[in-house]
Amino acid sequence: MNAESKRSFDVAVIGGGPAGMGAATVAAECGLSVVLLDDNPGLGGQIWRGESGSSKHTQASHWFDRVGRSSVEWILEARVFQVGKGHLSAESPDTVHQIAYSHLILATGARERFLPFPGWTLPNVLGAGALHSLIKSGLPVEGKRIVIAGTGPLLLAVAAYAREKGAQVACIAEQTTGAKFACFGLSVLLVPEELEEVWQLAWQLQAVPHWKNCWPVAALGKERLEAVRLSHHGRIREIASDYLACGFHLVPSLELAQFIGCAIQDGYVAVDENQQTCIPGVYCAGEPTGIGGFELALVEGQIAGFAAANRKDLARKLWRRRDAGLRHVRALRRAFELRDELRNMPQEDTLVCRCEDVPFGLLRAHQSWQSAKLHSRCGMGPCQGRVCGAAAEFLFGWSNSSVRPPLFPVRCSSLAEMPVETIPEIHEGGSK
Amino acid sequence: MSFRPDIVIVGAGIVGAACGFELAREKFSVAVVDAAGIGMQTTAAGMGHLLVLDDSEEQFALTRYSLSLWNALAKHLPPAVEYSRCGTLWVAGDEDEMAEVVRKHTYYGERGIQTEILDAHALREAEPALRRPLAGGLRVPGDAVLYPPCAAAYLLQRAAELGAKIFLGKAVNSIRNGITRLADGTVFHSKFIINAAGQFAPKLTPGIHIRPRKGHLVITDRYPGTITHQLMELGYLKSAHSISADSVAFNLQPRKTGQLLIGSARQYEVADGNVDFAILSRMLKRAMEYVPSLGSLSAIRVWTGFRPATPDQLPFIGPWPDDPSIFLAAGHEGLGITTSLATGRLAVDFLLRRASAIPVEPYLPSRQIEGVTHA
Repeated sequence: MNAESKRSFDVAVIGGGPAGMGAATVAAECGLSVVLLDDNPGLGGQIWRGESGSSKHTQASHWFDRVGRSSVEWILEARVFQVGKGHLSAESPDTVHQIAYSHLILATGARERFLPFPGWTLPNVLGAGALHSLIKSGLPVEGKRIVIAGTGPLLLAVAAYAREKGAQVACIAEQTTGAKFACFGLSVLLVPEELEEVWQLAWQLQAVPHWKNCWPVAALGKERLEAVRLSHHGRIREIASDYLACGFHLVPSLELAQFIGCAIQDGYVAVDENQQTCIPGVYCAGEPTGIGGFELALVEGQIAGFAAANRKDLARKLWRRRDAGLRHVRALRRAFELRDELRNMPQEDTLVCRCEDVPFGLLRAHQSWQSAKLHSRCGMGPCQGRVCGAAAEFLFGWSNSSVRPPLFPVRCSSLAEMPVETIPEIHEGGSK
Repeated sequence: MSFRPDIVIVGAGIVGAACGFELAREKFSVAVVDAAGIGMQTTAAGMGHLLVLDDSEEQFALTRYSLSLWNALAKHLPPAVEYSRCGTLWVAGDEDEMAEVVRKHTYYGERGIQTEILDAHALREAEPALRRPLAGGLRVPGDAVLYPPCAAAYLLQRAAELGAKIFLGKAVNSIRNGITRLADGTVFHSKFIINAAGQFAPKLTPGIHIRPRKGHLVITDRYPGTITHQLMELGYLKSAHSISADSVAFNLQPRKTGQLLIGSARQYEVADGNVDFAILSRMLKRAMEYVPSLGSLSAIRVWTGFRPATPDQLPFIGPWPDDPSIFLAAGHEGLGITTSLATGRLAVDFLLRRASAIPVEPYLPSRQIEGVTHA
């Protein structure tokens, strides 16, 4: 049934995006034995998916090259489903990996928050990042009309990329106000590294309507999406469209950090100046410590990698760049804060949880995520609440702090083969 | 607060909900109070089986009576309760266990419960996923499963329609002499207080012998049709009987959603709710011995819970001798879903001073003081 592999490493890095690649590479370059685990078929995370071997993105190709030359061992398509003190278990298609480690670096990234509105479950309504990935992996969009809705600079990047591939971007619907957006634009001018990219985006998108105070009210269509109904400055407009790509921020993937008991502050993993969490020997880098994009993630990852290798001198040299990135993160958060009106997007019968078909109206009766989960099954499906949890958090203000094993769905046989000494310290607030 | 209920029920688990439902039907004015929400503790953690069990004559009487009440209610249960009369299949591994099948068949039959003996071939026909060889089994067609939190919510919704008031998120500090004091300062004066706080009952009524008995469960993704009955091993009786040692037993349920619920494990003297991978592993391996294909199915959640266990494995249903205003309805261990409705009936019978359908003496809390329960 399952092959079993037992290995021991100085450092285990979970997540093979920019933060994880940066962390693993520098730790290995300092002479440590490093394993890098990711559940995707390739390294690069969401942002550099499939860019191995391509020369286009200079940062990406630099890091793919560097990690390839290092002694880092990576294990792909491996989901870490259990983490204990000094030990973790991961499942790949035919193997259970039992890995002992001395230092653990969490680089678990982020996922898109999808907010529900009528019609959001229609085919061709997608996450903004998801559309980006699909186009990248070959979805033909030439001549297709695309509406991009939500908030933040990710929308611009996706719009530019879709246009480059021949799509007609009908409009970008940005929920924040024109004033907040302008403030953010000014703040970008103060970060020279971002400037060139922003100008390029602005140039590519000059022909695309970019509406502020605008958000989706409904996705319309019978079999698949045909049009998008938007609220724009309080007026309703309908735009014919083949695709609707939505992005209401990225939300950090915190399950693993919460599971092993890392302190969470304001929705992010709390870390010290060397990216160490409240648990000695456990570091966190990238989006789980603040949504800041790949450049910040790379810097944080390297700091964590150096710190794990006990090269605090090298880590320290990166602090200034990291702190500048964090200032940018705060500016982003201010500019693109989700407005209250978005809580009114779902109707009574709009599904919030797709795994278990739970409508908005059924959830409203509950006082807590625990109670809603228990009685409506919201979040009880195979996605384990990864999609609807972030929506419910925004819609109802519910927090979901209890994380149960397994961290990902896992074969019963893998769970049965767990080494018994792996007993994590979980503190559950609720019942079950 | 000016609201003066006849009865205050502490605990909105399945037992408190059933008491609320039965009392409201008899026109009592009822307040149900819970520190969390509806069915958030043992009710949320359990398997949700409705079954007749014969560990003792008294247990059989209570489970049989309660199951008849569930059968009468079944047609009213909304889809969210996921009631399914899938029946129980007791699986016999060898000839010794087959002898137990025959004994059980006779015992149930003499007491009016129809069962059916399956030989090895018939067992294979009934549940092809079971390993081979097995000796046979006993089908109890009247047993059922449901989703307990929604069952509790349904019972309380019915109670509320009949005028019961439900107070959720309200912790109770004390109950004594007809006075219920809530943590938020609210005080209820009532003729009776039903302590249906399950594993927390001794906190409010010190001296009751209820100990938490920890369990583990695993639920899989949806695999409809893998099994069609609730499956139980006959070794269950032997292992569940052991009062002190940790034990696991094969218990597999098909849920209406197509998911499979895998149990069961019992541990005493464990206070924390952490998943214990040693016992989880034993439990899963036991289940995979019976249904080998389980190994390749995807487990999506593991959780733990605590059953309120009494020394003689019978619940406390009746007045508390030290305080005549307190009626206990607690200590149902792993059978609270099954026996909740009967508990509600016995409470109503007591309050109306009418005779019950079954002898009530075995469940009276006074048995504890008389020393009968000390196992």
